[in-house]
Amino acid sequence: MLQATQTAAALESEVSGFAQELLTFTLGAEEYAIDILKVQEIRGYDAVTTIANAPSFIKGVINLRGTIVPIVDLRIKFAVGVAEYTPFTVVIILNIGGRVVGMVVDAVSDVISLKPEQIRPAPDFASSVDTAYIRGLGALGERMLIVVDIERLMLSSEMALVDEVAN
Amino acid sequence: MAIDMSQFYQVFFEEAAEHLASMEALLLAIDPAAPDTEEVNALFRAAHSIKGSSGTFGFQDMMEVTHILETMLDRVRKGEAPLTDDMVDASLVAGDVLKNLLAAHRGEDEADREAAEAICHRLEALCRALEAPSEPPPAPVLDIRAAPVCSTGFDLYFTLSGDSTAAVDGFGHLVDELGSFGLVETLVASTPENRECHLRIITEVDADTLRGVIDFVADAASVRIEAFDRSAGEGEAYGFFVEVQAPVEEAYGLFEPLPEAAGSSGGEAYGFFSDLPVVAEPYGFFTELPPFSEAPAVAVPEETAYGLFEPVAVPAAEPETASPVEVSPAPVAASAVVKKPAARPAASDSGSIRVSVEKVDQMINLVGELVITQAMLTQAASNVDPVIFERLINGLAQLERNTRDLQESVMSIRMMPISVVFSRFPRVVRDLSQKLGKQVELKTIGETTEMDKSLVERITDPLTHLVRNSLDHGLETPERRRAAGKPETGTITLSAYHQSGNIVIEVSDDGAGLNRARILAKAKERGMPVTDVMTDQEVWQLIMEPGFSTAEQVTEVSGRGVGMDVVKKNISAMGGRIELDSVTGVGTRITVRLPLTLAILDGMSVGVGKETYIIPLGYVMESMQPERGMMKSVSGVERLIQVRGEYLPVICLHDVFRIQGAITDWSKGIMVVLEADGQSAALFIDQLIGQHQVVIKSLEANYRRVPGVGGATIMGDGRVALILDVPMLVGMARRVLPAAA
Repeated sequence: MLQATQTAAALESEVSGFAQELLTFTLGAEEYAIDILKVQEIRGYDAVTTIANAPSFIKGVINLRGTIVPIVDLRIKFAVGVAEYTPFTVVIILNIGGRVVGMVVDAVSDVISLKPEQIRPAPDFASSVDTAYIRGLGALGERMLIVVDIERLMLSSEMALVDEVAN
Repeated sequence: MAIDMSQFYQVFFEEAAEHLASMEALLLAIDPAAPDTEEVNALFRAAHSIKGSSGTFGFQDMMEVTHILETMLDRVRKGEAPLTDDMVDASLVAGDVLKNLLAAHRGEDEADREAAEAICHRLEALCRALEAPSEPPPAPVLDIRAAPVCSTGFDLYFTLSGDSTAAVDGFGHLVDELGSFGLVETLVASTPENRECHLRIITEVDADTLRGVIDFVADAASVRIEAFDRSAGEGEAYGFFVEVQAPVEEAYGLFEPLPEAAGSSGGEAYGFFSDLPVVAEPYGFFTELPPFSEAPAVAVPEETAYGLFEPVAVPAAEPETASPVEVSPAPVAASAVVKKPAARPAASDSGSIRVSVEKVDQMINLVGELVITQAMLTQAASNVDPVIFERLINGLAQLERNTRDLQESVMSIRMMPISVVFSRFPRVVRDLSQKLGKQVELKTIGETTEMDKSLVERITDPLTHLVRNSLDHGLETPERRRAAGKPETGTITLSAYHQSGNIVIEVSDDGAGLNRARILAKAKERGMPVTDVMTDQEVWQLIMEPGFSTAEQVTEVSGRGVGMDVVKKNISAMGGRIELDSVTGVGTRITVRLPLTLAILDGMSVGVGKETYIIPLGYVMESMQPERGMMKSVSGVERLIQVRGEYLPVICLHDVFRIQGAITDWSKGIMVVLEADGQSAALFIDQLIGQHQVVIKSLEANYRRVPGVGGATIMGDGRVALILDVPMLVGMARRVLPAAA
């Protein structure tokens, strides 16, 4: 229900032309943007506990103040950049419909607001990311932002983060 | 716009369940011979609350049952009728029916309409039986003045207005409303199809008041109110009320200050009063009644005149036979003597608040975090100079104390006294002992012992099974007990106490004990590997094997052989253990040990490669360093280990979880022998690390289920360790290696 309300709110803001706040981050040379309302916090990369027989992009689980949170490395998932872990590696903790998930990115850039007219529909193209999860391409001067529907992506069966039944 | 009531249903369900539970506890505690007024009042209030709220929520079926129950209890409460064993029994059954209906409304069960109807009839019958002798027979003079006033009877006929559903609701409210004036009997109830109703009411208010009430819900034109003749249908016992049938003024006239009445009303019926000298004291003439009733009364043609005298005559002549004790025959003296050491069960706790479990769990999590942070600070401070940082170190010590206290009190929120579970057993024992014809006394000890709420919920069924077992198999019949030189009344003792971080629950009886020879014979018959030299303990364990029953005949209660194995399985699923002690002829004691909470687990931490895993200690039998000779190969792969003459399948944890850098040389690692669901297997790991109490965290909350992993926990250093799902791993070994053993 929460998701529905948020989607509705997002839609409303699009219709009425209000700008939407997005968090941008980089993976390799590419710049991505996600809805900031889905972001719970940003933290450094800690030691993870690996999970047996999980896909390679699921690094494992961490203890986030008593909650067990799975960590996804988007660089491996999207096949961009080099998956190395340094003290500067950043994890964006997302809260999607009550589920908490962390995702490893190269760097977090800034928070921007984009008006709906600034987001163009993404053309169909072959990539490691299914275009179904791309809401559009945002133009900000010279920069091209790939606006990702993070909720859909994280809850998709492709990410193997949720039980099939729950899906 | 109609309010959506369904959002409040949950509250109603919880409240109704609570009221039902307290009603049952009260009914079991109450002594029909000398009921405590306070208890009867509490019973009435419980029934009344259920009725009120079920009516509000439109659960008509529950309301009907509680209404009649309430009517009956009301009379007891007002002292108009004594409480009888039969009434207690009927109320208990009504409670069961209500529970069933409640479950049905929750969608958990099928509503048993027949039972509901049956209990309605039974209660109605009891109520009717009460009506006759309900006015206390002694002190006739006073009664006659009082009785007629409160017992005018009216037949109410009316047609409900409004649409059909509103009509049914309205009818319920009307019956409620009228109930406040007196005793209401529903003769023709409103249904969506039929809106013409017929009620009967015994009340002291007049017809106009009743009409005023009915007009709210009914078509004014259709309302018809008639005073009815109660004596007609109800026979002798109602002689008492005969005056009622007379038109009101006439009936009252009799009791108005006498000289006037006698003089003015003037009918032949009253004529004979005029013989009386003018009495200032109106009671005076009653005392002289006998002579009148003998002679002139016969001559008086008016029936109403008899009404006057009968009340005096009837109670005087047969006060005993008219008493309700006779009407509802007392059941055979209850064979179950249920005794409670504590005067009041701890269930009725005062001053509590209802908080969602989620909130409490969240608090527990946060406190857990605080404990880890505090441990981290203490660790960091251990390196500083204690002289320079004295205040810091003192402060940290205080923090540690406070944190521990806080953690304890937060954990205690989830704790519930075990009386919540124990309180259901008096009923179980009472019902069962009656059915089996045994005399049983139930003793409960340590009811205030606290355990985790989730455990309380899960221990109830296994414990019920154990108590039923004790009653059916353990205790002998009174005859056999007498023959064995024991008191006829057997004793079942339920006790609970804390012992070294565990909660121990014991179910013991002073019955016949287990029969070693019979168990062994049965085991041999079933082809189990048994010998006559087995220790008693080993023999007793046999009865927990699936399908094992030595009962000579299958009874309704038990003996089918499904039971002890299920009990054992349930208890091990909770991380507990079950032990059995028995001495033939003296009794049996079953001891259940459980962890204090489900959230905490005794675990053994083991290392494989760089990973740490937790094995729940309950599954661990032993661990050893394998020698080369112990490993046996099947079709070229070393997959079996010989432990004390048994071949166990080996599970390599690093294979199952694909862990890099683990030890693969058998002689350098450790074998942990695990047992789950009666199957054993050896788990090969790198090293044993230690033994901890760990807090179980859900992996599924944010992730999904992982095969072979039962949960996760946070270790002292803040890292996550996965808890192994041992039954699944052992099952895995069997699947990989079929028919190995």
